[in-house]
Amino acid sequence: MVGAACAYYAARSGLTVTVLDRGPVAGGTTGAGEGNLLVSDKEPGPELELALLSSQLWRELAELLPPVTEYEPKGGLVVASGEAGMAALRDFAAGQENAGVTAHEIPADRLHDLEPHLTPALAGGFHYPQDAQVQPALAAAHLLKAAGERVRLRLGEEVTGLLTGASGEVRGVRTASGEVHGPYVVNAAGTWGGELARLAGVELPVLPRRGFVLVTEPLPRVVRHKVYAADYVADVASGSAALQTSAVVEGTPAGPVLIGASRERVGYDRSLSVEVLRRLAAGATALFPALAGVRVMRTYAGFRPYLPDHLPAIGPDPRVPGLLHACGHEGAGIGLAPATGLVIARYLTGGEPLLDTAPFRPDRFPAAV
Amino acid sequence: MARTPAELVGAQPEPPFEITLDGRPVAALTGQSVAAALWAAGILAWRTTRVGGRPRGAFCGIGQCYDCLATVNGEPNRRACLVPARPGDAITTQEGHGRADLSV
Ligand SMILES: Cc1cc2nc3c(=O)[nH]c(=O)nc-3n(C[C@H](O)[C@H](O)[C@H](O)COP(=O)(O)OP(=O)(O)OC[C@H]3O[C@@H](n4cnc5c(N)ncnc54)[C@H](O)[C@@H]3O)c2cc1C
Ligand code: FES
Repeated sequence: MVGAACAYYAARSGLTVTVLDRGPVAGGTTGAGEGNLLVSDKEPGPELELALLSSQLWRELAELLPPVTEYEPKGGLVVASGEAGMAALRDFAAGQENAGVTAHEIPADRLHDLEPHLTPALAGGFHYPQDAQVQPALAAAHLLKAAGERVRLRLGEEVTGLLTGASGEVRGVRTASGEVHGPYVVNAAGTWGGELARLAGVELPVLPRRGFVLVTEPLPRVVRHKVYAADYVADVASGSAALQTSAVVEGTPAGPVLIGASRERVGYDRSLSVEVLRRLAAGATALFPALAGVRVMRTYAGFRPYLPDHLPAIGPDPRVPGLLHACGHEGAGIGLAPATGLVIARYLTGGEPLLDTAPFRPDRFPAAV
Repeated sequence: MARTPAELVGAQPEPPFEITLDGRPVAALTGQSVAAALWAAGILAWRTTRVGGRPRGAFCGIGQCYDCLATVNGEPNRRACLVPARPGDAITTQEGHGRADLSV
């Protein structure tokens, strides 16, 4: 998704772009996540700024992309089970509102109007009308298409090395089947961005943070918003490698309800964890008791591209002239993709920066010892 | 005249019992799946698709394609080709996802 957005905005700025992927379109984490475009879960700061810009760009892209990309400005609903949770949500929302987020407090007795199937055992919640959703794999594919003839797509072609000139500047990449030349290389390799950086001789500590999703059988509209429990925000921000789960539930236009979210750092282990699935199901049915009578059809797992400070790496790498990074978006890469692409395109064309990108500097991590 | 699978293998099944499709009686044999019983009665469709409302029945017959979904004793989305028929089972034609009751 991030690579597609970089290619799209670069092409729109008049550049010619070659997109290389060793797999198919959306064969990485983009095809293994959900497609929430959230501002609600972000505290004021650089990531929220990027998310707000992105949410505006997604609205523009939705006009251009075909309906199959399933863009839905459905809004988010964060719920708390007790008064303490509600007080924390209130504080969090107050900070966000100063940063440009719209949030409405929903008292317990009005939750039912927004989500008729929600458990009555809740203390209240906050409604975030700016939250939206897309189908990420189709959004990535159609964005590449919408980019037009300036984008050449080369799938099934792995980047195996970086080509550099006499003074270390980038001249292109080596792939399994030849060389691709160009003055700039954008590393949009997601969770594998650290490996790509290593090919260029620089360190970028991207690590996989595993997440499972449960997919129910197709249903009518049962859940209207993106609904999640207040503890989700704390889990997202945690740096722990241990398993964390919080209830995150959303419907899709295709019918299935998607249930998340788990986070754990276990490398690229793809084996099924029954314990995670059990916890996800329990969390979802606690919020929506009606889901207890619904079958789960399948489950899948993906590896979020995690950087230790939970911020992506976006922008030029001062260590290798001509190399730019656009990776490490963890659990928000779909949401943050358009703004990332636009920022990268500005760098490539020498335009005015859109926002302060210092917090995203790719060389901000101390070298490993 | 076409011979039935039961004749071909020389089966000597127990006497048939009754299940219903939308209230209409259908004979079934012990060990038969719901889909097999419906087929034997000449019924080929017992579900409509979610988009377009087109008729569907069994396709693969081995639990893989999910085309044969039916509402069995009030429970939607049962694979009729896998569910063994039991005396008195009430099969109802499933409209789409079969979960209209949950719609908000
Ligand atoms: C369970 C789960 C739920 C999620 N939910 C959401 C959500 O609701 N909202 C949201 O915004 N985000 C969500 N995410 C996160 C989101 O999916 C990612 O942040 C995003 O997909 C990252 O996109 P990307 O383009 O950077 O990486 P990827 O989609 O992984 O793309 C990187 C590509 O690089 C290719 N590649 C790697 N190395 C090479 C090489 N050497 N040569 C050639 N190609 C190479 C790979 O094949 C891959 O296709 C979720 C993630 C998970 C796991
Ligand atoms: S006919 Fe294919 S699953 Fe039943």
